[in-house]
Amino acid sequence: MAAVAAPTTQTTDIRPARRRLSPGRIVAWAVMAAIVLVTLLPFYWILRTALSTNSGLAASPGDPLPVDMTAGGFERALGLQSTKEAIAQGGAGGGLKFWRYLLNSVVVSTIVTVCQIFFSAMAAYAFARLRWRGRDKVFALFLAGLMVPTIFTLLPNFVLIKELGLVDSLLGIALPTMFMTPFAVFFLRQFFMNIPREVEEAALLDGAGKVRIFFRVLLPMASTPVLTLAVLTYITSWNDYFWPLMVSYSDTSRVLTVALAIFRAQTPQTGTDWSGLMAATLIAALPMLVLFGFFARRIVSTISFTGIK
Amino acid sequence: MTIASSSPPSRLPLGSAEGGLTKSRTDRRGAGESRGDGRLAAVFIAPALLGFVVFLLWPTLRGIYLSFTRFNLLTPAEWVGFDNYVRMVHDPIFWNSLKVTVVYVIINIGVQTVAALAVAVLLQRLTQSAVLRGVVLTPYLMSNVVAGIVWLWILDTQLGIGNEIIAGLGFDRIPFLADETWAIPTIALINVWRHIGYTALLLFAGLQAIPNDMYEAAKVDGASEWRMFWRITMPLLRPVLAVVLIMTVIGSFQVFDTVAVTTRGGPADATNVLQYYIYGAAFGRFQFGYASAMSVALLVVLSAITFVQYRLTRAGQTDLG
Repeated sequence: MAAVAAPTTQTTDIRPARRRLSPGRIVAWAVMAAIVLVTLLPFYWILRTALSTNSGLAASPGDPLPVDMTAGGFERALGLQSTKEAIAQGGAGGGLKFWRYLLNSVVVSTIVTVCQIFFSAMAAYAFARLRWRGRDKVFALFLAGLMVPTIFTLLPNFVLIKELGLVDSLLGIALPTMFMTPFAVFFLRQFFMNIPREVEEAALLDGAGKVRIFFRVLLPMASTPVLTLAVLTYITSWNDYFWPLMVSYSDTSRVLTVALAIFRAQTPQTGTDWSGLMAATLIAALPMLVLFGFFARRIVSTISFTGIK
Repeated sequence: MTIASSSPPSRLPLGSAEGGLTKSRTDRRGAGESRGDGRLAAVFIAPALLGFVVFLLWPTLRGIYLSFTRFNLLTPAEWVGFDNYVRMVHDPIFWNSLKVTVVYVIINIGVQTVAALAVAVLLQRLTQSAVLRGVVLTPYLMSNVVAGIVWLWILDTQLGIGNEIIAGLGFDRIPFLADETWAIPTIALINVWRHIGYTALLLFAGLQAIPNDMYEAAKVDGASEWRMFWRITMPLLRPVLAVVLIMTVIGSFQVFDTVAVTTRGGPADATNVLQYYIYGAAFGRFQFGYASAMSVALLVVLSAITFVQYRLTRAGQTDLG
């Protein structure tokens, strides 16, 4: 258990020796291949559908390739088509300002990630390395916070955001997770505690203050776990639906997940605009795929050795 | 991060809480730190503590308080004692929602745990490929909204490729999300698709802690992979599996997003999960008091389940070492 919780544990890359292909291994590989297929095929299907026309989709629903290849779906999702054009191609014609929602999502996720990680790291350092009265009691309180399901705090938090007059604002969406999550504090504290004290003591002897040590020594040393935590926080924030659904009412603060659900609910006369919907879905998901693509290797091995959840 | 849920699951690290606390006590004797850092610590802890008190502690207490009031957001909350709870006990839709949620959790967690365990073991025993670990994680990068919409399309009765294949094989088309019997299992499996990779990676982390020598020694003794799984992997993974199970169950109970974008509670309340019903009570009918009472009920159910699971699975103990 301890090994799982210690982010610094070295990766022991134990590869099972190459064996002859036994029937059991062939079956195991077949199962693995099936899992990969089920995992990835829906992504291809999004792309295939987004590049088809709605009439084409209705005519040949089983065609594995895009039907009547077109960029119409993307144009509708991004609001580049006129209402008349959109309706003719099976769209709802309602103005969806996807660039706006994309920007809103970026703003919220960036504020949440940067502030949450920074404040959580400061608190984690105070818990791990500074001495002050009541430290263990406050930390126990934070740990207890881990046990409260996120969803339980949403209703009262909405009431609070309303009292603060921040309903339908990006700040209102970001505020509750901007300062900390008990998890982030716990995770980073665990990491700081595993950094040898000698590192700090050497810096102290050189006359550096504790603030300087935190920013110049410990934070850089924690760059891998901080990065993993940041990417996962960004993804979680980007994908959040329930809380922004409560807080945002108009384009001012509408984020992509909420916009997407609205797009899905606007069914045109002719039936769902699947082509446009899949294009919108792809636009909403792509930034996270790209983000993950950059950091995948590090994230995958950090999750494996920390049990981040 | 409710692994299996549609909402951000409550994140729980795999290390035990006590372990963390005792550790902090031992480093009290750090060199050259006889004087306290009170003032500096206050500055460092202030933002996080502010966030904790205002957006976690206070709302938790307030949620419990609101459950004893009648409150529609516009006029001040009015104390009504246990009225909301009495109403809840007599509300057939509440009981239906609870039942639907429990059925969802059983299917979701049952399938997901077995499947994720299989993936984790394959990733450990078959290949150590980091690329494959990345691949199985990709659905987790999608939001529940995206996952819901994509599967809504794939499973569409008339045009979905899933039903095209079923029809092509000569079977009747299945209205997966429009049928009372199929809807909940379908939603449960959609969420398995999104969360299986993450769950598998958590279990994979637990598997990495099992010394490879054990497998080597067993192999020398002529044990099969199947036997090694039951005699080595399962007993040694048990503590990690228990913690992952507690986390995923908590997450699973909070399902909302997928229901909201696919079935909206229908057909005929067949997918009206508890969180969806609570949302409707609060934002559809502005009964914040009643919605809070049901939230408290969910909190109590989750605490009880966590406690029982913890006891049953001896999550805090390890057989390793």
